[in-house]
Amino acid sequence: MDKPKLDRRHFLLGSAVAATAGVAGALGAKVHDGELGAPPRTYQGGVPWQEGLADAPPGVSGTDYKFFTAAEREFIEAAVSRLIPNDEVGPGAVEANVPFFLDRQLAGPFGRGDHYYLGGPWAKGAPEQGYQSRFSPAQMYRAAIGAINKYTHANHNGADFAKLSEDERDALLKDFEAGKVQLEDGVDAKAFFTMLLQNTKEGYFSDPIYGGNKDMGAWKMIGFPGAHYDYREWVSRHGEPVPFPPVGFKGRPGWNSET
Amino acid sequence: MATTLKPVDAVIVGFGWTGAIMGQQLADAGLDVLALERGPWRDTSTDFATGFAQDELRYMWRHHLFQNVSDDTLTIRNNTSQTALPMRHLGSFLLGTGVGSGGVHWNGQIWRFLPSDFLTKSHNEQRYGKKSVTDYDLTVQDWGVTYEELEPHYNSFDVLCGTSGKAGNLNGQVQPGGNPFEGSRSAEYPTPPMPQTYGPTLFGKAAAELGRHPFPHPTGNLSQPYVNNLGAQLGACTYCGFCEKFGCGNYSKASPQTTVLPYLMAKPNFTLRTECEVLKVELSPDKKQATGVTYVNSAGEEFFQPANIVILSSYILQNVRLLLLSGIGTPYDPATGQGVVGKNYAYQTMSSVNVFFDDKLINPFIGAGALATVVDDFNGDNFDHSGLGFIGGAYIAGMVTGGRPIEMIYTPQGTPAWGKAWKHAAAKNYLRSFSLSVHGSCMSHRGNYLDLDPTYRDIHGRPMLRMTFDFTDNEHKMSDYLTDRAAEIAKAMNPREIKLNRRIGSWSVVPYQTTHNTGGAIMGDSPANSVVNKYLQSWDVHNVFSMGAGAFPQNAGYNPTGTLAALAYMSAQAIVQQYLKQPGPLVQA
Ligand SMILES: Cc1cc2nc3c(=O)[nH]c(=O)nc-3n(C[C@H](O)[C@H](O)[C@H](O)COP(=O)(O)OP(=O)(O)OC[C@H]3O[C@@H](n4cnc5c(N)ncnc54)[C@H](O)[C@@H]3O)c2cc1C
Ligand code: SF4
Repeated sequence: MDKPKLDRRHFLLGSAVAATAGVAGALGAKVHDGELGAPPRTYQGGVPWQEGLADAPPGVSGTDYKFFTAAEREFIEAAVSRLIPNDEVGPGAVEANVPFFLDRQLAGPFGRGDHYYLGGPWAKGAPEQGYQSRFSPAQMYRAAIGAINKYTHANHNGADFAKLSEDERDALLKDFEAGKVQLEDGVDAKAFFTMLLQNTKEGYFSDPIYGGNKDMGAWKMIGFPGAHYDYREWVSRHGEPVPFPPVGFKGRPGWNSET
Repeated sequence: MATTLKPVDAVIVGFGWTGAIMGQQLADAGLDVLALERGPWRDTSTDFATGFAQDELRYMWRHHLFQNVSDDTLTIRNNTSQTALPMRHLGSFLLGTGVGSGGVHWNGQIWRFLPSDFLTKSHNEQRYGKKSVTDYDLTVQDWGVTYEELEPHYNSFDVLCGTSGKAGNLNGQVQPGGNPFEGSRSAEYPTPPMPQTYGPTLFGKAAAELGRHPFPHPTGNLSQPYVNNLGAQLGACTYCGFCEKFGCGNYSKASPQTTVLPYLMAKPNFTLRTECEVLKVELSPDKKQATGVTYVNSAGEEFFQPANIVILSSYILQNVRLLLLSGIGTPYDPATGQGVVGKNYAYQTMSSVNVFFDDKLINPFIGAGALATVVDDFNGDNFDHSGLGFIGGAYIAGMVTGGRPIEMIYTPQGTPAWGKAWKHAAAKNYLRSFSLSVHGSCMSHRGNYLDLDPTYRDIHGRPMLRMTFDFTDNEHKMSDYLTDRAAEIAKAMNPREIKLNRRIGSWSVVPYQTTHNTGGAIMGDSPANSVVNKYLQSWDVHNVFSMGAGAFPQNAGYNPTGTLAALAYMSAQAIVQQYLKQPGPLVQA
């Protein structure tokens, strides 16, 4: 076997593609790792270097809602505003744009359950066995919002969850959290609550490119400076306040949002 | 029909830490080596550059670098009376995939096990009596290898990584500043320890006041630039705080990418194929020898790859599954205690203590995967267990790996998980709290094992692996005792308050604990009690070598990679120096 004497770029376009396993996708096409089924590749003779293929984060754009119906959006706002309420200490989940974040997450790969195993058979299982629903997250949200409204119609004079008082919503959310409410249509109230709370905190604290954490308000509230990567000068400055204002990916010098 | 490919000298199944080490060792010996990796190629500038690596949502919560379980997972249960169900979402452990695998998104905590850890059965029997190793139905064993035999190979891994630390025992002499309990080292660490931030420093002071022996955690987050034995260059860690679960954009975390690949990928006798999943090891008709492996690529094409040597380096869980699917060794039966493959699956017993200050700014976002001050006074058999009712122990680490806000906000005892009270507690405590980690051993138990699931299958139609596991009373007692020791140190730091997160109840797949799964392909001194010999060579099929933490007969109170890397180096040396000259069993049964 001869070591191919090629420059890196040539190597990439040449031998890397033409090797034994035979199949190679168009190199220009972006295959984000973590997705299944990137083309099989053979590497030999050097470290491949993929110019311009930086696997940039899948941020969102626009302001429109893609997943929630108007009624579902009302539910979500009514729920997440109780999970993280607004006050002078810091933004609430609604003020931080968490409903929009959730919408875009549910409209995308996460909503489809791209990293869940959803195959059967399906049994309820013990709590230690974790998530056991057949629903993808998007299906779970849709089914749960419907089932919760059914429940409040029956128990709160025909009202939607979104129309209940703050105290009533808090009480219901606590019951979901404790697994005290039996919902219809195959929805496990506790499993939904766990997912909603987790996703709400994700939207509240993740980088603003995903649509939540508006103006980095949640980071400002706790004092997290965001996506810095060099703190060496602070290592030995024990107990001193770090005065960096928070920075997100888009606010970074040199950040290229092209992909 | 599988297409038969050109034979190679050695095929490597899985290209993470042990795959990279074995690839380099065998290619350097002149073998024609092929590595098959089910996941994609990964490199720093493409996949986790500093411009976008600090993305908590994408990497931690959307599992960007981890195994996607949608087409293949494992099934789980606590005991044989339950029906195992699929792990539908990653939680308790975060399985790696792709080139570098867990070596990309690990913390870089680099440990050696204690000399007595390799003699779990005989050492404890001798000191505490026969019952101490059989109570609670424990099935602990000696490893069949000693610390002294492994020491040069531990050293090889340190030299490869450039491990930052301070020796506590150099050639038998206890050294100030290091871990006085560790086994004797033949050399100082390649680079000095990481300077510590405020939290770990407070921990170290408090621990010393209590008469403990604190030292800086040995780490693969390098304290200074380093050029390793393969000419690979690493930079100094910048304490970015996005380390474990993330790739390092700075080339400062030891990983296959930063330490081995620049060298290995350039070798003409080494080839890597990605997106190629090995389905099975093929055996000769008498089942005494492997003929190669069958794999399928992401285009759905199936190949038979003939090879003289098969290295299984596909992480413990896939290694055990491949052994079972290929009919190598006798499967373990918990009812009779007979058989070995799948036996002694174990894990790591974790608990923690959070400390909350009013007056001290901890700034947890200044962190690194292995940034910690540690005490080892209560690990392994470093303390007298008489009357305690358990064996094993833990290190206690005052640790600040980062302040990633979705994952790492600590709130005081009694704080609800949501609502105004939670928000106010988060805002008040985020900058002023951190956590002591209690990193405990996990002994093996008759009822904890791995086998093939009778119901669930992956996309290729192969049975999934089934994990049956729970913590035993030995582990609960150990963990309670150690959590109390951590609480003593936490209190000595004079915080406003502390919060104990004890290890309570059955093992759950939901919260992240560690990706330190062990056992199932255990090593030992005889085919009656083990799957592989001390060179990780299958007792049954002599040209199959099974790497990784699957070889651990039980798990010690440390992170596993230092030890599994040392075992890989020892195996490679035996293959190159003995096996190639005379293929056959390296240890007579
Ligand atoms: C978040 C995290 C933090 C960690 N921190 C530490 C730490 O600080 N210290 C420490 O000691 N350890 C740590 N670990 C554990 C460490 O990552 C593992 O011990 C180490 O990576 C194991 O090496 P391995 O070679 O056995 O397996 P891996 O490195 O996981 O490599 C296995 C490879 O095999 C591939 N594979 C699997 N099945 C197949 C198949 N059938 N065909 C082809 N390829 C296959 C996988 O895709 C993967 O690339 C951590 C792990 C995680 C996830
Ligand atoms: S903490 Fe250090 S070693 Fe870890 S990812 Fe950041 S810079 Fe790299």
